[in-house]
Amino acid sequence: MTSRNARRNMVNKVMLTLCGVCAFLTVSTLFLILGYLIYHGAQSLNPGFFTHLPVGEGEAGGGIANSILGTAEIVVMATLIGLPVGFFAGVYLAEFGGKTFPFIVRYTADLLNGIPSIVIGIFAWTVVVVPMHHFSALAGGLALSIMLIPITARSTEQFLLEVPRSLREGALALGANKWRTIASVIVPAARKGIMTGMILGVARISGETAPLLFTSLSNQYWSGFSEPTASLPVTIYNYATSAYEDWHQLAWAAGLVLLALVLLANIAARMVISRGTSLPR
Amino acid sequence: MATSTAAVPRPASIQKRRFGADEVAYGFTLLFALAILVVTILLVYQLWVHSAASRQKFGFSFITSTSWDPVAEKYGALPFIYGTVITSFLALLISVPLGIGAAVYLAELAPPKVSNSLTFLVELLAAVPSVIYGLIAIFTLVPLMRNYLDPALQAVGGSLTLFKGRIFGYGYLTAGVILSIMTFPFIISVSREALMAVPREQREAALALGATKWESTFNAVLPFARLGILGSIFLALARALGETMAVTMVIGNSNAIQASLFAPGQTIAAVIANEFSEATGNTYLAALVELGLVLFVLTMVINGLAQLMIMVTTKKGSAKA
Repeated sequence: MTSRNARRNMVNKVMLTLCGVCAFLTVSTLFLILGYLIYHGAQSLNPGFFTHLPVGEGEAGGGIANSILGTAEIVVMATLIGLPVGFFAGVYLAEFGGKTFPFIVRYTADLLNGIPSIVIGIFAWTVVVVPMHHFSALAGGLALSIMLIPITARSTEQFLLEVPRSLREGALALGANKWRTIASVIVPAARKGIMTGMILGVARISGETAPLLFTSLSNQYWSGFSEPTASLPVTIYNYATSAYEDWHQLAWAAGLVLLALVLLANIAARMVISRGTSLPR
Repeated sequence: MATSTAAVPRPASIQKRRFGADEVAYGFTLLFALAILVVTILLVYQLWVHSAASRQKFGFSFITSTSWDPVAEKYGALPFIYGTVITSFLALLISVPLGIGAAVYLAELAPPKVSNSLTFLVELLAAVPSVIYGLIAIFTLVPLMRNYLDPALQAVGGSLTLFKGRIFGYGYLTAGVILSIMTFPFIISVSREALMAVPREQREAALALGATKWESTFNAVLPFARLGILGSIFLALARALGETMAVTMVIGNSNAIQASLFAPGQTIAAVIANEFSEATGNTYLAALVELGLVLFVLTMVINGLAQLMIMVTTKKGSAKA
């Protein structure tokens, strides 16, 4: 009996320790990634990196100024389309919902959210690149906006539903009609959460590469909205898979810049604006 | 008389206007909700139409044929489907035990403060762009696999076909490893929530019967949360199937089915990423779009199952959160 109990205690200790080891391993991955990027990327970060255009294959120096501007262009476009559409759809889902139709919309939004980003890229290619006959920043922006819509809609809905019932009833009792209740009481009350969701959404699409590969493509130079446009993620991909040591260095530095932007946005959204929000799905 | 006629219409007109504003707000937001439906339907329609040339030419043999030859205009997707399935399977083989173990630690063992900060870090991991995983994998994971891990596996299990053949560093196994790192944040985050939704009584009853902490967790808590955990695994699977960049960068891009896990291969997403912008000719493009359609259907089914399971266990899935 005692030997059996000793064995049970052993199993208990071993398994619980293993669980702790799993947690340690998974969390330490983040620090490994950060460490590697800082170690390799920091060497190539200099003012020229942010202000110069790329140079030819195998040449030293050069920067990724056009990729930074291109990413800004594409993400702003995606944000201008994706955030309003997602926000109002979210308001509909939370506030005007009946039974069947909102369920369908909700399910479709989750479906859209789960579609691999490369498939979204194909879609944007069919509706923008094919009719226009050339790659453009516009197509990339559209692809990213389609990814942003369901994320924003679902997080907006979630935070609107978390507003206490008493606030809603108070506004209605004062004689406000429904849309006024929503506009002046419910949305302001859920403001922080909605903002968090939006920042997380924009941070997520900013790092997307696959939908841009054959929509905005890439470019060696500055470019307009209807031209092929360089972006940070695609530049990292191109440089990392190239055969030149200088380009590898640029890829590390660009990776560091991209990750810093994405992680800072995430940390800001989660810690400063609203504490303890969980991963949007 | 004059005062009463002036007084009566006012409230009525306000009532009327207010009624109108609600209707307008309803219609306005409904438009945007409809936009989600329209975009999704249009997406499926476009994939269907733009893959027509390939669907008509190859029919069902598209997913059973193994030759992908743009020069001869022959397109078969089986090597890519195989690559997608095998890399996702390898990923889950690593990330499921690791993820559930970590989730158990975070939900059952760690003090709330530690658990919350660690979960925060894990969720940051989920926010790292996939191209960054690819970048790091090319320069650190690939050499590591080539010089240490693959030779070690070959030394142990070299008699199995799975571990035979030349070692490149690029290949199915490397892709599986990087995918496992990319998927465990989802498993941890969702499983932890499912575990935390298990009622306290479940644990207390087991402990009161004399179970050790592990026995209570394994026999009373984990079975209770099994659907939610299964849901998290399906969610991770859907992510792994559709993941493009990191896999494309380390899979090695070879269009043949190979038994060895060390061999270079190709996944559906990777072949689209590699060939789409350079593809010429209607059939070639249509075949690539059809690959996208296959991937869409695959992830849709897996995601649907995942949502259903998470909805059932955490009781808030599609209805609230």
